[in-house]
Amino acid sequence: MLKGRHLIEPRNFSLEELDELFSLAEKIIENQEDYLEVCKGKLLASLFYEPSTRTRFSFEAAMARLGGRVIGFSEANSSSVAKGESIGDTIRTVGCYADIAVMRHPKEGAPFLASKWSNIPLINAGDGGHQHPTQTLTDLLTIKILKKDLSNHTIGLCGDLKFGRTVHSLVKAMKRYSNIKFIFISPEELQIPDYIKDELEENQYYETISLDEAIDKLDILYMTRVQRERFFNEEDYLRLKDSYILNNDKLINAKKDLIIMHPLPRVNEIAVEVDEDSRAVYFQQAKFGMFVRMALIMKLLGVDKNA
Amino acid sequence: MLKIDSIKRGIVIDHIKANCGYRIFKELGLHKSDHRVALIRNVPSKKLGKKDLIKIENKIDLDLNILGIMDPGLTVNIVEGEEIKEKIKLSLPQKVNGIFECKNPRCVTTIENIENVEFILVDKEKKEYKCEYCDTKTSL
Repeated sequence: MLKGRHLIEPRNFSLEELDELFSLAEKIIENQEDYLEVCKGKLLASLFYEPSTRTRFSFEAAMARLGGRVIGFSEANSSSVAKGESIGDTIRTVGCYADIAVMRHPKEGAPFLASKWSNIPLINAGDGGHQHPTQTLTDLLTIKILKKDLSNHTIGLCGDLKFGRTVHSLVKAMKRYSNIKFIFISPEELQIPDYIKDELEENQYYETISLDEAIDKLDILYMTRVQRERFFNEEDYLRLKDSYILNNDKLINAKKDLIIMHPLPRVNEIAVEVDEDSRAVYFQQAKFGMFVRMALIMKLLGVDKNA
Repeated sequence: MLKIDSIKRGIVIDHIKANCGYRIFKELGLHKSDHRVALIRNVPSKKLGKKDLIKIENKIDLDLNILGIMDPGLTVNIVEGEEIKEKIKLSLPQKVNGIFECKNPRCVTTIENIENVEFILVDKEKKEYKCEYCDTKTSL
């Protein structure tokens, strides 16, 4: 039963609860017209303490497509925070007006703190470099729909694996499913942290610096951006940056049913020519993100009786 | 032979690993205390070979959680009428409140006034705890 619950980190939900959520998302995708008014009269508070176009639009679009309405702020300066209000006071006040809230905050743990005070369901829409559970739900739904199953895959994660919170969350979420193998593809400077690897079986993953070497083994390729500012010197950045740019040449040996994912926004890590390849699913993935947020809002509000 | 008087009423912290006594002595603020206190170092011990010992004349409030984190092998003896009335065996606490401060500058605890932040034990060997808000690990 997800009604009235908070989503602060992906592991707040059991695998069965995730299944339930994804089934609803799939039903919404199949029959969007049936859900146009399920949240009529409901209000979503969108509390964005730092700018975010993509995630905020996705939530607002999700609520609008369910017939609900949205109130909120999109930066801390325009809210009572600028007057020094605590997170606890903000969420308790918001709870007097809205039925459900979404929070993005630059400080890690802020949504968890808010959830301690909140009497309405609260969704973490990203807290610093810590958690971004609805991105993880988006990634899982994309894999479930396009690969038909969340088990039995070899997943390549490529680029900045050290600082990428979406990568960390995805690894933690996918390792709960059976027969999942990971190939971590990154420069040595940006390898996946030990505390993530510690949670995996030794034969469940390997690390490589070469995308070319790994590409033919992958069922899923999850790309992230290698950012200039992460490197200690310019020379290393220039040496490595092109190795992690995906283009048509690098895809020559890839499986026919590979899917290429990316949390977006993309800068240059996937060449535009790849967009034409049917295996590139990152824009579809963004759309699935809206559908999974629709399902999440419905579940937390408990309005899915007819679903 | 070094002779230290036995205490009538107070606390004896026993089984401190040799050379760790001073740190515990300071952490408990005993170096600033007005009570009669003794830190005895390198006492022969069957169990440890050598050990340190702290005697406090008078009963004071001890934070057993801090002691547990610093050395989970300690024994705290409560003495009354020159006899041990209670023996408290310490262990590494699973959760502690108000002992650690989160070291992560991006943690919400750095901007909000939160009392008694909880830290949860994640690594017994390294005595590491994680912040309940941002999961950043810390230790004493």
